[in-house]
Amino acid sequence: MSEEETKEGRPGETRRGFLRSAGLAVGGAALAAGSARADTPDPLITEEQPWGQYLGDGVDAHPYGMPSRHEAHVVRRNVPWLTADTTSSINFTPIHELDGIITPNGVCFERHHGGAADIAPADYRLMINGLVERELVFTLQDLMRFPRENHVYFLECAANGGMEWRGAQLNGCQFTHGMIHNVMYTGVSLRTLLAEAGVKPEGTWLLAEGADAAHMTRSIPMEKALDDCMIAFKMNGEALRTEQGYPVRLLVPGWEGNMWVKWLRRLEVGDQPWYHREETSKYTDLLPDGRAREFTWVMDCKSIITSPSPQMPILHGAGPTVVTGLAWSGRGTIERVDISLDGGVNWQPARIDGPSLPKSMHRFYFEFDWDGSELLMQSRAVDSTGYVQPTKDQLRAIRGTESIYHNNSIQTWHINTFGEAENVEVS
Amino acid sequence: MSKFRKALLGAALIALPATALAEPLGLGRPALPEEVAAWDIDVRPDGTGLPVGSGDVSTGEALFEENCAVCHGVFGEGVDRWPILAGGEDTLAEENPEKTVGSYWPYLSTVYDYVNRAMPFGNARSLSNDDVYAITAYILYLNFIVDDDFTLSNENFLDVEMPNAQGFFFDDRETAEIPLFTHEPCMTDCSAPVSISAHAQVLDVTPEDAAAAERRRAAREGGEVAAAGEAPAEAPQPEAAPQPEEPALDPALVEAGARVFRRCQACHQVGDTARNTVGPHLNGIVGRTAGTVEDFRYSPALTEAGAGGLTWDAQSLAAYLENPRGYLPGNRMAFPGLPGEEDRDALIAYLTSMSR
Repeated sequence: MSEEETKEGRPGETRRGFLRSAGLAVGGAALAAGSARADTPDPLITEEQPWGQYLGDGVDAHPYGMPSRHEAHVVRRNVPWLTADTTSSINFTPIHELDGIITPNGVCFERHHGGAADIAPADYRLMINGLVERELVFTLQDLMRFPRENHVYFLECAANGGMEWRGAQLNGCQFTHGMIHNVMYTGVSLRTLLAEAGVKPEGTWLLAEGADAAHMTRSIPMEKALDDCMIAFKMNGEALRTEQGYPVRLLVPGWEGNMWVKWLRRLEVGDQPWYHREETSKYTDLLPDGRAREFTWVMDCKSIITSPSPQMPILHGAGPTVVTGLAWSGRGTIERVDISLDGGVNWQPARIDGPSLPKSMHRFYFEFDWDGSELLMQSRAVDSTGYVQPTKDQLRAIRGTESIYHNNSIQTWHINTFGEAENVEVS
Repeated sequence: MSKFRKALLGAALIALPATALAEPLGLGRPALPEEVAAWDIDVRPDGTGLPVGSGDVSTGEALFEENCAVCHGVFGEGVDRWPILAGGEDTLAEENPEKTVGSYWPYLSTVYDYVNRAMPFGNARSLSNDDVYAITAYILYLNFIVDDDFTLSNENFLDVEMPNAQGFFFDDRETAEIPLFTHEPCMTDCSAPVSISAHAQVLDVTPEDAAAAERRRAAREGGEVAAAGEAPAEAPQPEAAPQPEEPALDPALVEAGARVFRRCQACHQVGDTARNTVGPHLNGIVGRTAGTVEDFRYSPALTEAGAGGLTWDAQSLAAYLENPRGYLPGNRMAFPGLPGEEDRDALIAYLTSMSR
């Protein structure tokens, strides 16, 4: 970036910039950083407003409450050219619009392989079979009689960021990083559930199968199943959403989202993996020599600045600015997040705020005084094992550009003098 | 520490593992053999789970054309963005690798298992065991793995060798990556100054997002960000011209029809953004002359039927949907039909509602 460009474009030094930082025009009000002042009284304050005069909706107007109508743009979005049809496709969580660590149920991204199955609770059955002492069938009522646990976990699709391997492609963190959500689940540990059937000593693998039209299956090593896997029937306190596997889904904390089988109908205990479609043809990582990694389960440590980002430009011009984002690791907690404003040459620590839970999203903030110049903004997470989130070039040196899955590289946003952000790569 | 507390702690220590191992609570009921047989359909590379049965390439070809080709193409070449099943040999180390059953899939059991559990898309579990053997044989034939006179069965299943069987290895990130990326993070002068080497905007493939566009406008021009619901784009609709009276549709029936339509939407779209995909879009289908959606390549059978005066109304649609092949021989819709009258009525109500 040239110095002239920087100077000319500095919002505080142009009329447009001045107006903007003054909070501006018709009814804007906030006094920013002492530099802005109102010349005329704000009619939003001096005049009575309809909501202050007339009655609003009574109770029961909305038996199930929805977000304010002013938030109608906070929605999942898909990328139509990615897949042939929405029944076997994915959409993306609007992470640029959210804060804190919990993803609201209605905007948790969806990934279906045969559409979202619609199963009445009374029609639900879960079977445990294979290498167990007792092959069993449970109703939903049966499952509700086991001791319950509550845990917050992120669920990230292994293909999150998969469109970005060859270069910067999608302009928005919703699309580059939105195949993720973070939810508090209520359910029963597989340890408890499998004990009911009695796993035989030779039972070293578990097959999870969905009831949907894809009958999705994945093989899970028994060690993981007995470590922290669960079945869940509640998310963020309420029943699972249909598109998240109602009435029961599997949780495989820290591991790729495809394994978290929705509409779970069966758990089979075996003595070797099944090598089904989703663990051979898909969800294997093709490397430059033409061979592929299989069973790449763990989601590596990753972070993303959600604001500013291409869908969330800085609107207030120079001055005090809040940078925020998310960090997570499938191997534990997030130890620290650093921010770079110069494309990774120099770094400053960000502040993690809110609960720090293993295999859960962490929220970070970085407050700074923006001088209105161009920035190359990055975040870099370090997890509790000491793993440092790598650059895209570091990953490409090992994996090439055709492995699709597990892109956990550092993201760069170019912030221009207007405060707009663009997805770029730097070198 | 008092003896009492020690005893308590001891009890707690003993109690903990007992909870962890969890005594059975006696919940659930034994699964019956018929129930396990109905759901336990999985097949493993060692052949465990394969049912007795067989199917040959030519039977498979006919089944494939009827059930699979509409998405995968007659030669497994893939239609639109549906999966390509054949070809791609020796491309895995190249820039645009083609990962097909022949070039990539390591185990034949995966093909049998997947076709049996999930295909045909939108009508899963409708094929017999012999059908699945035959389709699997045909997919092998498409990939030049077997000859055209081949018959696949549970007897010879394990003799088939997949070309890329040796192409996979267990996740090695633990040794290949983690040591490289586990270090003290660098904080200052970590590299020479960098510059931008690639822009997302150059590609311009990001879906429209009106709220983001409005924010970018505000960033450039200043001014308030217009709320999503109040954007100028959402101008009030002009008053609709009076429509001739149409019989009212039962909303419950329309809703039921929307559910039935899920079985069609792998190939057909309807609504504001509908376009032709595998099948023609269905906007305005009710009342339309058959075979006349612009830019859709119909079978000669359908085009001729339209030229001969066939118009889609409730009656003709019902007959077609009940038995697509029987009603219009030679048409390309690979859909077995809706045997239930209720389903047909609901679907037609839904399509009528979308046609108004």
